Formats: sequence, structure tokens, C-alpha cells
Amino acid sequence: MVRFENVGLRYGMGGEILRDITFDIAPRTFQFLTGPSGAGKTTLLRLILLALPPTRGLITLFGKDSAELDKPGLTALRRKVGVVFQDFRLLDHLTTYQNVALPLRVQERDEASYRSEVMELLGWVGLGERMHVYPPVLSGGEKQRAAIARALIMRPQLLLADEPTGNVDPSLARRLMRLFLELHKSGTSVVIATHDLALMDQFDGARRLVLGDGRLHIYD
Amino acid sequence: MDEHSAAFPSRPPAVEDEWSQTPLVPAETVAGRALAIVIAIMTFLAALTAGFAIVLADASRDWRGAVGVEMTIQVTPRAARDIDADSAKAASIAAAFPGVAEARAFTRQQSEELLAPWLGAGLDLSQLPTPRMIVVRRDPQKKLDEIGLRAALDAAVPNASLDDHGAWMQRLDTMAQVVVGAAVAIFVLVMIAMALAVGFATRGAMAGNREIIEALHFVGAADSFIARQFQFHFLRLGLRGGAAGGGAALLLFLLLGFLSRQWTTSAGGEQAEALFGSFSLGWSGIVAIAAISLTVALIAGLMSRIIVFRALGEFYDVKD
Repeated sequence: MVRFENVGLRYGMGGEILRDITFDIAPRTFQFLTGPSGAGKTTLLRLILLALPPTRGLITLFGKDSAELDKPGLTALRRKVGVVFQDFRLLDHLTTYQNVALPLRVQERDEASYRSEVMELLGWVGLGERMHVYPPVLSGGEKQRAAIARALIMRPQLLLADEPTGNVDPSLARRLMRLFLELHKSGTSVVIATHDLALMDQFDGARRLVLGDGRLHIYD
Repeated sequence: MDEHSAAFPSRPPAVEDEWSQTPLVPAETVAGRALAIVIAIMTFLAALTAGFAIVLADASRDWRGAVGVEMTIQVTPRAARDIDADSAKAASIAAAFPGVAEARAFTRQQSEELLAPWLGAGLDLSQLPTPRMIVVRRDPQKKLDEIGLRAALDAAVPNASLDDHGAWMQRLDTMAQVVVGAAVAIFVLVMIAMALAVGFATRGAMAGNREIIEALHFVGAADSFIARQFQFHFLRLGLRGGAAGGGAALLLFLLLGFLSRQWTTSAGGEQAEALFGSFSLGWSGIVAIAAISLTVALIAGLMSRIIVFRALGEFYDVKD
């Protein structure tokens, strides 16, 4: 599904912040991406999302070489990937409902065709009563759940979540993790970037990708 | 209630509004009012230029029509020739020639009256060798062989010369072409200036909405979808500005037409009407200004689309 071979990344003329990164993500797998703050977790997620071009190495996403992708191809790949950003990236001028429906709206689907689907998902993440509220009046946890719902609405084959439990209390964090596990059981590959060791310890069986000193160590 | 609560109501007032599609690019993030004013001014100038070009081209066509329908035979006095007889003979030759509707010879008195504005009234011009004029009016239904007429006059009245006003019409033609060419050049410059203004505004709007654009990309929006979100705003601004500018130009021409009709009885008004017609645009002018207003809106929309596509290409390093 995702394959990195000797990928390196540097910004400008500086040194490499990621070096010789080699790993793959198979379908229907669950993994944590971890490492100390500033290790490059978010950068690695951006590389997987093809939001950054690598300085060297080969990235293959869903069997396609990223260097050979054109814009329509990139758009098609992104529709298979759900992303939960650390800062949520909700659009403040859209309601929670409109934010969650955004991936369907950009495909120019008729609003009536997906309304019940979006409402059902909002109910599932506990935002059924907050669907017409704008993000600035949502709490941190509600924003987090809205961002997760937006990532899930397209039933992605791969879910990337950057510190999805960073802004919520431990109880909600466990609920969100259960949500990710249910998604994984339904067939989605999940990559969760976190530096919360306690959280990872609760899911012992999960694969761990550990970033340190610009290199990636894998613990299956 | 926190500071955001007022700006973002927790529930829109009308139930049907809850499902309405809010524009993805907020209208207030596009420099709308200033740009609409710039577009209105540009459209006004472009419409004014086109309108004046149309008025002048129409007037020029009228001048050429008026001048081209008539020719002049001039009979110059010569020793041992009777100018009255020569004048009558030339007029009869011209009147009988195919393609001539009428040939009217000026009398001696009428010819002298033509000189009065230059020489003053009340002078005895009988001692001056005053030429005689014959006005020849073409028959618009028949073709006139000017070379044949000239040859016939040369053979019968050697002191008669035919002037078909060709040089004068050539000058009018050249002048009309220069005026229309200058109008087209000004129109093109105004359009370029407007397109550049829209381009700058689009770049500004994109910079101000970069986070929205990134979010749209990450949820799988195609560049064409994102471009349409901006294009919609700029097309609407173009329509607003174009309608205002084109409408103002039309009103100005209506006002000038009204004023020219009021002044037509004065000496200056007569001359202005002779030069520019009645400042009346006619349907072709109104259609031209409407087309300019619409073109302005389309250029605004198209320019914003081009700029958005180019800027999106700079956002991410992928092949087009």
C-alpha cells in the first residue's frame, strides 16, 4: 500500500532531517509512528500524503511511483487516504456538518445523496447534536472528533492521524483509539503518530515505527 | 459566550439554511469592493473608447456617403471662350451621361456667392475670372463611368475639369481607420490593465486562503474544483463591475445625445453634429457596450482561473 525505499528529506541546503527511511505499510495493518517531539513524525506523514516531495529515494503509494504522478493521479490517491491533522485543519466558516461532508462535496456529489451518511457518522463520533455548530465554538475534543469524522467519511483505505489524542482527556483518548481500532477491523490501514507511550502500551500488539536521529526503526 | 460565539452562531436561523452550501472561499476574504470599483472604471473607459469609435466611424461613413454621392465640374474662364456656353454644355453632357441623376450648373451670381465668405460681401467680382461650378449628383442605382465622363468633357469642353472628391474621401477613410485603430489599442490596454488587476487580487485572495486551499487538497479536491471556487467570486465581481461601468457609459452617451439635440440649433451644435453625428450610439453601440461588459466579466473569471491553476502548480512539486 505504502512503500518507502531509502527516502531522504532536507529543507534547502540544510542537513537531512530524515535519512534512509525504508518501510512499507501493508493493507489492513495498524501501526504507531512514534519518537520524541521534533523527530519528524509530522514530516513523515506529509511525505506519505505526498504533500512534500522527497529529496531522494522512492515513494510508492498504492502501487504508483510518486515521482511519476500527475495532478489527477495525486488527487485520486488522496481520495483513498484519510488524514487527521494535529491542528485539525477544520474550516472555520463551515459548520461541523459541512466540514465532515467536505471530502464528498469536493467530489461534486449532490448534498442530498450523502446527508444521512454524514449525519450517521456525526452521531457515531458523538457530534450529532453539534452538527450545525461552527468550529470556533467547539471544544478541543469535539474538533478532534470532527476532524476524525472528516477523515473517515470517504471510508479511506489508509488513515493517517497526527497526534489524534493530543488534545483530549485520557477517557476520550481511549474512546477515539477504540474508534480507530474498529476502523482497522473494517479493513483500513491505520498509522497513528503519537509520542504518548502510555497510549501505545494499551495496544501492545500494534506495530511501532520509531523515529530518532532522522532514522526509522521498526518493531513488529 | 466567548468571542467567537457572536461571529459563528451555533444554529443558523432558518432550518433550510442549515443544509445550504456555504461558499468554500469566504466572500470577505476576496478584496471585492475595491476590485469591483477598478473593474467598473476600466469597463467605463473601454466602453467610452468603443462608443466614441463607433460614433466617429458612423459619422465618417456619413461624411463619405455625402461627399461620394456628388462630384464637381469646374469650368475655368479662358480667353476667346464663352464661359456661360461652356458651363451649359458641360452640364448637359454630364446630365445625359449614364449613371448621373442630376447636373446643376451654378449661375455667375451663385458662383460669386460662394466666394463671399472669403472675399467679403458687396464686392463687384465681375472683373475677376471666376470659375463656374456644376454639381453632379450620382444615380445610386446605376454605375457611373467616371473615366468616360472625364473624356467626354475633355473632348467637348477643354476648360472643364471633373473632381470626384477621391483625395478627400481617401483622407476621411484614413482618419476613420486611425481613430478606430487607436480605440482598439486603448481598449486592449484597458483590458490588459484590468486582467492584471484581477491577477493581483486573485493572488492576494489565494495567499489569504492558503490554509483552506491546503485543506481542500488534502480532502481530495482537484485543482479544477479549487479554481472554480475562486473563479465564481471573480466572475461575480466582474459582472458587477462590468454592469456598473457599461451602464455608466451608456448613460453618458444618452446624456450626450440629449445635450447634442438641445444644442443642435446653435452654430457650434451644428458643427459638432456635422462632425460627430448626433452622439447616438444606435443598437449596434448598445450591443457593443453590453458585449464589452460581459467580456470584462468573462476575462475576470478566466484570469482568476489561470492564476489559480498557476499558483496551485507552485504549491506542490508535481507534474501538470
